[in-house]
Amino acid sequence: MATQSADFQTLSRRYTADKGFRAFIQKGLSGYYQKRDQNKANFQDWQGARDLAAETKYEAVNHLDKYLLEFEAKITARGAKVFWAQNAEAARDYILKVAKENNVRSIIKSKTMTSEEIHLNDALEKQGFGVFESDLGEYIVQLRKEAPFHLVFPAMHLTRGQISDLFQKELGSEATDEPEKLTMIARDVMRRKYCEADMGISGTNFAVAETGMISITENEGNARLTTSLPKIHVALLGIEKVLPKLEDLSLFLPMLATAGAGQTMTCYNTMYAGPRQPGEPDGPEQMHIVLLDNRRTELLADAEQRDALGCIRCGACLNVCPIFKNVGGYSYGTTYGGPIGSVITPHLRGLKDWKHLSAASSLCGACTEACPVKIDLHHHLLQNRRNGAKASPSPAEKVAFGGFSLMMGNPALYRLAVVFGRIFQPLQNLVNGTILDPLRAWTGSRKFPTLAPQSFHEQWKKERGGKP
Amino acid sequence: MSGGRAIILGRIREALRNNPAPRPHTSHSQSEAAADHNGHAQREWLPKVGQTLPERIDLFAKISEGLTTEFHRVPTITAARELLVKLAAESGWKKIASHSHHDTDALLEGINLPVVRTEKGYAIDDLESCEAGVTGCEVLVAQTGGIMVSVESAGGRALSVLPPHHIVIARTSQMVPDLTAAFEHVKQKYGTKFPSFISFITGPSRTGDIERILVLGAHGPKRLTVILLD
Repeated sequence: MATQSADFQTLSRRYTADKGFRAFIQKGLSGYYQKRDQNKANFQDWQGARDLAAETKYEAVNHLDKYLLEFEAKITARGAKVFWAQNAEAARDYILKVAKENNVRSIIKSKTMTSEEIHLNDALEKQGFGVFESDLGEYIVQLRKEAPFHLVFPAMHLTRGQISDLFQKELGSEATDEPEKLTMIARDVMRRKYCEADMGISGTNFAVAETGMISITENEGNARLTTSLPKIHVALLGIEKVLPKLEDLSLFLPMLATAGAGQTMTCYNTMYAGPRQPGEPDGPEQMHIVLLDNRRTELLADAEQRDALGCIRCGACLNVCPIFKNVGGYSYGTTYGGPIGSVITPHLRGLKDWKHLSAASSLCGACTEACPVKIDLHHHLLQNRRNGAKASPSPAEKVAFGGFSLMMGNPALYRLAVVFGRIFQPLQNLVNGTILDPLRAWTGSRKFPTLAPQSFHEQWKKERGGKP
Repeated sequence: MSGGRAIILGRIREALRNNPAPRPHTSHSQSEAAADHNGHAQREWLPKVGQTLPERIDLFAKISEGLTTEFHRVPTITAARELLVKLAAESGWKKIASHSHHDTDALLEGINLPVVRTEKGYAIDDLESCEAGVTGCEVLVAQTGGIMVSVESAGGRALSVLPPHHIVIARTSQMVPDLTAAFEHVKQKYGTKFPSFISFITGPSRTGDIERILVLGAHGPKRLTVILLD
């Protein structure tokens, strides 16, 4: 068994057994559901907006080369440098080179899952650069040397008590159980960092081809400070994030806020068209866009699942997923968790090691329903299962389903199987779920239904003498 | 470093060649305008905005309340000045920041405090030590309770986010119905020569990162005041 799959089983067992933790996550999400529904209701038609968002992403993703080239030409004309990174290593090397060439000492970052994907902080720290996450949740998990728990709510797994303890230990602050005081501690620490940093690294929510802009969505103001004060701005940008027109943002900004956080709009939605222009009073002297492929083109090549590149990383599918809510963000072992992570990780990191995530689904379809860009998530989970079975068939499964098929297609065999079933079921019951049970993989967490004393077939025969 | 431009573009074209993806399942037929991608079909689905200016101002005021944006309508610039003087006294400002702009200049006439002007450059620590930042804006967005600012209309990138209290002055002629109209405004005003920074500010800075509990003033302003001049 692959270690990733074994790790998933171990961790998901541990988290699901912790009822207090599950209740804590549920409580954290309950306010989100309420606000999300209120905001959806404000739309004239949320479903119509989803359809238009899906159409717009379809257009963009299916003409990706055209829109990326338009974006590149426009933003380059404004003085930004665009670097096309095939993989994580190329992206890291480029950012390290920019940092070294400019004698950077201190780096401030705003939230970017793409940098988690390429393990940027490790690489920068190994080369001696001080790197500070400025988003409150990201800063908390950075201090704990953890990865973000959730795409949008990185520290939702921690209680205020844990955060207070952490700040006491790492920052020497006083204990408090008030979220406001804890936030102000981080605010004060970070204020100095913004003013001192000479490089700011951000993510990107959308790139606009028509005008050569990147758009960053946030609530705290940390991304605005990260992109205003340091002399260099590096923006990480997955190739799939480009939109054709500026006005497309008037749909996507409120949809991202509603689906992601239950807000009408997040507090700051900022469009950047290059570094500081002549005559402007502030802003970075240099702007570098790192366009990242890192196997997104593998997903692009899979026409059946290409719509998954429309993902705007709102996290709505995580918030409604019965699996995510119970196993939590860390069980997945991936940068992108929840249903969208289970769909795309096999493309980004290999089907063999990551197909098990697609099995961890009830196929209830809540994710598909929640997705603002209408990615067909639960069907993609099924397709991953199919592709996984095709790529590495399991002989035991093949024999089992072959036998089942034979039995169900042959009435005599079926009757024989029922007779054998009645004989063997009491024996199986004695060892059900134990190490002696040959069906343990399945019965470990389930009970086999008891065979009826008389099958329907037998009852029919008895009552009606076999006549129709 | 040239990067993998040719390789990535090659991979994209290879992935898309003769390999069409199924169209999204949509239940709403988007209007013709959406199909040619030049229209503004989103207006059909997004939150509704009233047709008249008073309705739009009312909507802006209502959303502001939910966001804890402090929204004031004033009849004259004199009344706006009085409001600012009152805010300064209540909050005990010692130093504020602003930028030269017809409305901000007029607003600051009555203020007897040192003012850091950002439009020709400034020292970061000088701006950081200001208790308030006073700016103009591009437009106000009724649909979202948002304020669109830019380098040009708000004295650069940092003035509207670094000081802990942001005060915006706007005129009723700057009230637009929705986000789409705000984008049309910048296109009309700047053509293709956009400022390098354009932002929608929707309420004071906030976070919910600790137990999903709302806290105002995460990294940006804790207070946001909009003064709308009739």
